[in-house]
Amino acid sequence: MGVLRDLSVSQQLGLLFVALFGALTLATLVAFLVTLREGTESDVAKRESFGRDLRAVWVASILFWTAWAAGPLISTLLFGVVSFIALRELITLTHTRRADHRSLLLGFFVVLPTQYLLVGLRHFDLFSVFIPVYVFLAIAVVSAFGNDPRRFLERAATIQWGIMVCVYGISHAPALLLLELPGYAGRGAFLVLFLVAVVAIAQIVQESASRRLRRRPVARAISRSFSWRAWGLGVLSAGLLGGLLYWATPFKPIAALLMACVAGGCGTLGEFVMKALKRDAGVRNWGGQASVTGAVGLLDRIAPLCFAAPVFFHAVRWHFHL
Amino acid sequence: MKLADAAASFLVFLARLITGAQGHWHGCPPKAEQRIYFANHQSHFDWVLLWAALPKDLRATTRPIAALDYWTASPLKHWITREVFNAVYVSRQRTDAEDPLEPLMQALRNGDSLLIFPEGTRGHGADPAQFKSGLYHLALEFPQVELIPAWISNVQRVMPKGEVIPVPLLCCVTFGAPISLQQGEAKAAFLQRARDAVMALRGVD
Repeated sequence: MGVLRDLSVSQQLGLLFVALFGALTLATLVAFLVTLREGTESDVAKRESFGRDLRAVWVASILFWTAWAAGPLISTLLFGVVSFIALRELITLTHTRRADHRSLLLGFFVVLPTQYLLVGLRHFDLFSVFIPVYVFLAIAVVSAFGNDPRRFLERAATIQWGIMVCVYGISHAPALLLLELPGYAGRGAFLVLFLVAVVAIAQIVQESASRRLRRRPVARAISRSFSWRAWGLGVLSAGLLGGLLYWATPFKPIAALLMACVAGGCGTLGEFVMKALKRDAGVRNWGGQASVTGAVGLLDRIAPLCFAAPVFFHAVRWHFHL
Repeated sequence: MKLADAAASFLVFLARLITGAQGHWHGCPPKAEQRIYFANHQSHFDWVLLWAALPKDLRATTRPIAALDYWTASPLKHWITREVFNAVYVSRQRTDAEDPLEPLMQALRNGDSLLIFPEGTRGHGADPAQFKSGLYHLALEFPQVELIPAWISNVQRVMPKGEVIPVPLLCCVTFGAPISLQQGEAKAAFLQRARDAVMALRGVD
């Protein structure tokens, strides 16, 4: 690691992205070579689903690279667009009424831009409370002015929840990029990649563990595969990877391990919650298949990040007494 | 690129940004044949959405219907409907002198396709209102033109009656299999069948 430490921050980051895109190119090549072989129908389905996952990783990696390379303005803008698409998808899945029109407009066209403006300007104190405190109350007020008492709390809560997950949650990713830690200036991209890596590994391990272990599912009506043991294995593997990657972070090894456990656990639970929401809306497909309304399934992809990013971000700030 | 083309591209981009404007072709492929697309009508946004859901080269020959008094009231409205959408103007005032369907028939004789909302006005309920007879007369006069039913879902949530700014929500337009007027079919039976064909697309994935 000595050679790596001697490099400047931007050289280290460049190397990181070269390694990332190299690995992705290799994976894509292998996936392409495998498609040349004949296979059974289940093989083909598996390859297709892997292909969709791979494409999602490509898109996400390019997003992160652009976000880092283009600077704070473009990166907040990019994540703002992701937020917009995710919120659009989530609100489509829920039942709002005519009287909610103004609250939805407020969410899409006032709250979302303001939150990202606060990130871009690094006003992290206001950024942390803007949605949970001010918007929380404002949405209820605007909804009440809609003059429709039917299922009022349910509707207001739906919109608040959507904004909380899709705007507040996702906005913590660019916030991590822009967070200035003592002795760690300009390396926010490492933190984001650390977060994404541990969340991804927790998901992958949980997925394959639940397939191998075949434990009784905890909540069969929501997910046939979620079991506590598989989840625990996912968290554990996230912790291990986090511990191994500690040199890229501002943490000591044990702290890195714990942070990774927290992020990985929140991420996989977030995915579980999003499954419950989609079940309720009657959407069966999962993972990048277009649904009836043409939703591309962005929500599935970023659900873990929506849950993990805020918890991780605030854990980091608390850890460094910021 | 002309200004009208740029405006058209911008409107399509806007419709895609706000609603996704997905077109799902279930009963027929999107082909450049002469067609009448007919759909349920719930919002002012409907025709932009239906128009944006069509592939680009079909948009050039597919013309929506616009009310003459409203859409020629100001220069901007007139310009948008005339230059961008290439709309067919229909007068809402009934006069004995001319057939209100004459402009539509003129367009069909020219070989253009049409987008129509046979309910005549925007509906309130979950089901579309009874269809007006215009569709029947067009089908009788132009038997060679394909009649394509379409269901527009979710759009009433995007822009309810009385609101000005649309909320971004995903919508889709489902196009069904063509129907045609049977030999000797009565007007009421045909209109009912057309309405059923539109409503049957509601649950289609």
